[in-house]
This record gives sequence, C-alpha cells and structure tokens, in this order.
Amino acid sequence: MEIRLNGEPRFINMAKLTVAGLLEIEQVPSPEMVAVQIDGEIVHRCAYHDTVVGDRNEVDLLYFMAGG
Amino acid sequence: MKPTSLTDEQMDRYSRHLILKEVGPEGQIKLLRARVLVVGTGGLGSPVSLYLAAAGVGTLGLVDADVVDISNLQRQIVHTTADLDRPKVESAAAKLKAINPEIKIEPWLLYLDASNIAEIVRQYDFVIDGTDNFATKFLINDACVMAGVPFSHGGILRFDGQTMTVLPGKSACYRCCFPEPPPAKAVPSCSQAGVLGAVAGMLGTIQAAEALKFITGVGALLTDSLLTFDAKSMNFRRVKLRKRPDCPVCGEHPTITELTDSERGACDLL
Repeated sequence: MEIRLNGEPRFINMAKLTVAGLLEIEQVPSPEMVAVQIDGEIVHRCAYHDTVVGDRNEVDLLYFMAGG
Repeated sequence: MKPTSLTDEQMDRYSRHLILKEVGPEGQIKLLRARVLVVGTGGLGSPVSLYLAAAGVGTLGLVDADVVDISNLQRQIVHTTADLDRPKVESAAAKLKAINPEIKIEPWLLYLDASNIAEIVRQYDFVIDGTDNFATKFLINDACVMAGVPFSHGGILRFDGQTMTVLPGKSACYRCCFPEPPPAKAVPSCSQAGVLGAVAGMLGTIQAAEALKFITGVGALLTDSLLTFDAKSMNFRRVKLRKRPDCPVCGEHPTITELTDSERGACDLL
C-alpha cells in the first residue's frame, strides 16, 4: 500500500500495518515522543497498537519539541 | 500611557513600518499601545524580545528566574559575556532599553506555575512561549486558553523547530495536537540532544512576526496548523490541525478545568 508520510509518498510492502508498527519501521525512538495524526485526526497514544494505517492515509508524525 | 499619535522621532524610528501600507501609523500606534509577555529570555525569548522592542511594542513583560550561564551564549543573543551570573530578565531589559528607550519593560523574576500564571497572562494582549520544558509549555497553553489570551507556541531541538499560533476558542490549541505531555522518562536530555544556535533565531523571529501580525491585524496568523522546519534540509512544512471537540482543555467537555503543575522535566537548553 502507499501512504503519505509527513507529506511524502511512501510505499509500505505490508498488507496490514498499525500505528505502532509504523513507528517501529520509522525507528521512532519512543512512541511517546510523537503525536500521530491520520487524515486530520489525532490518534490517542494508547490506541497505537489498535489503530490500522490504511492505503492512501495521510499520516503525520509530530514530534514534541521542548527546547526554547 | 496610551499614545494616539506619533512624535517626529517616532515617525523616523518606525519609518520602515510606516511605509508598509498594511501597517502605517495606525498599526504603529497599535504596537505602541500593545502589551506582550515573553516567557523565557533564552534561545527563543532573545530574538523575540529584541525584535518586539525594536518594533516599538509598548510594554514587554519578561519572565525568567534564571541567571546567565556561559553555555547560554551560543544562542541566547540578548545576553553577553559581561552578563554572566546576572538575572536574565535584568540582562535582557538593559539591551532592550538600549535599543528602544521608549518602551516599558516589566520584569518577572520567577518561574511560572499554576499558582501565579493566570494572574500574569491576563495582564497581556499576547503571550510568547519561549520556555524550555513541557510542564511550562502545557501550563501556558492551559492558562491562555482559560484566560482567552492568544499566544505563540514555540519549540526547538537539534536542527528542528516548530511553532503554532493559538487564538483560544477560535483555533486549535497545543493540546488539540499534543493532548498530554510525554512521560518524563520519554524526554531526552536536551543538554545531550543539543541545538544549532541559529535555529533558535529562525523560530523566534517567526514567533515575533506572529505577535506583530496579531497586534496590527496584518495578514493571516499561523493558526490551525503546526509549522515545522528542519534546518539541515531547509524544508519547511505546515501540518494542518483541527480544533478538536474532544480536546481536554478547549473542547466541548473539557476535563482540564483548573491549572495544575506537572513535573518540570530537567532541560537546560534554554
């Protein structure tokens, strides 16, 4: 399937992928350091394992940035 | 002091604003009458306060309880080597007054917490988040949403920056994007992560421009979106956000109805 990840097209060679799986593929060091938005909806942190990323989804990984 | 016209000296000082048809004398008078609170006089607060002072924002509140450390000077450009160990608000106030003696500086030599923030933010027209920790970033969001005070969120790390402008009740707030702070264990040490000094300037000047746009009413604010950039690739991206009906603080049935202090994560980026 193909998704848009942070605005860029991305081919995923998997039939089924959860948000948790995507974060693993993307090597996000800690899932708690990002907010995940799919097609404009924020996915609750505790639903990463149950939320499926589907073909043509627009996925944004928004990183926390604490520095000032 | 509520200026209603410009003096000859002000006509000269602000001439580059005055010739902008979107600003003009009316916009400049709005700036002279405005009150902006800058929380943190560090990496972001330095460029923000320098530009707002130069622009003639009439009253600038500066919040910081820290003193200037030598490791600050790589990016906190309002402070100098001669200011080491001096309270940051005092050091910053001196530079801002030197640039523009006609503005008023209100120094707040303290950390914002749940007990004092509401009283302070409601005295201002616009708030700049230039803080270095999640606890205060979430506190500023919640206090500004509850008090109805518009603000600019800003965050930087390594080569990256992010910012959004929040008009409480009208646009998405920080919690519409980040519903809750990350757990303390998930927060990497900022002193280990580092930050490119100029990234603070890139992000801070965007925040300053948003404050000036808000006050003068010029243009479209950075609302309902999170602007992120990566200075390594110089890619800028604006992610659209929605004001969420289920947002814990600005939603239809808020679960956060009073201010509380969460643990302030150790972070000495600022």
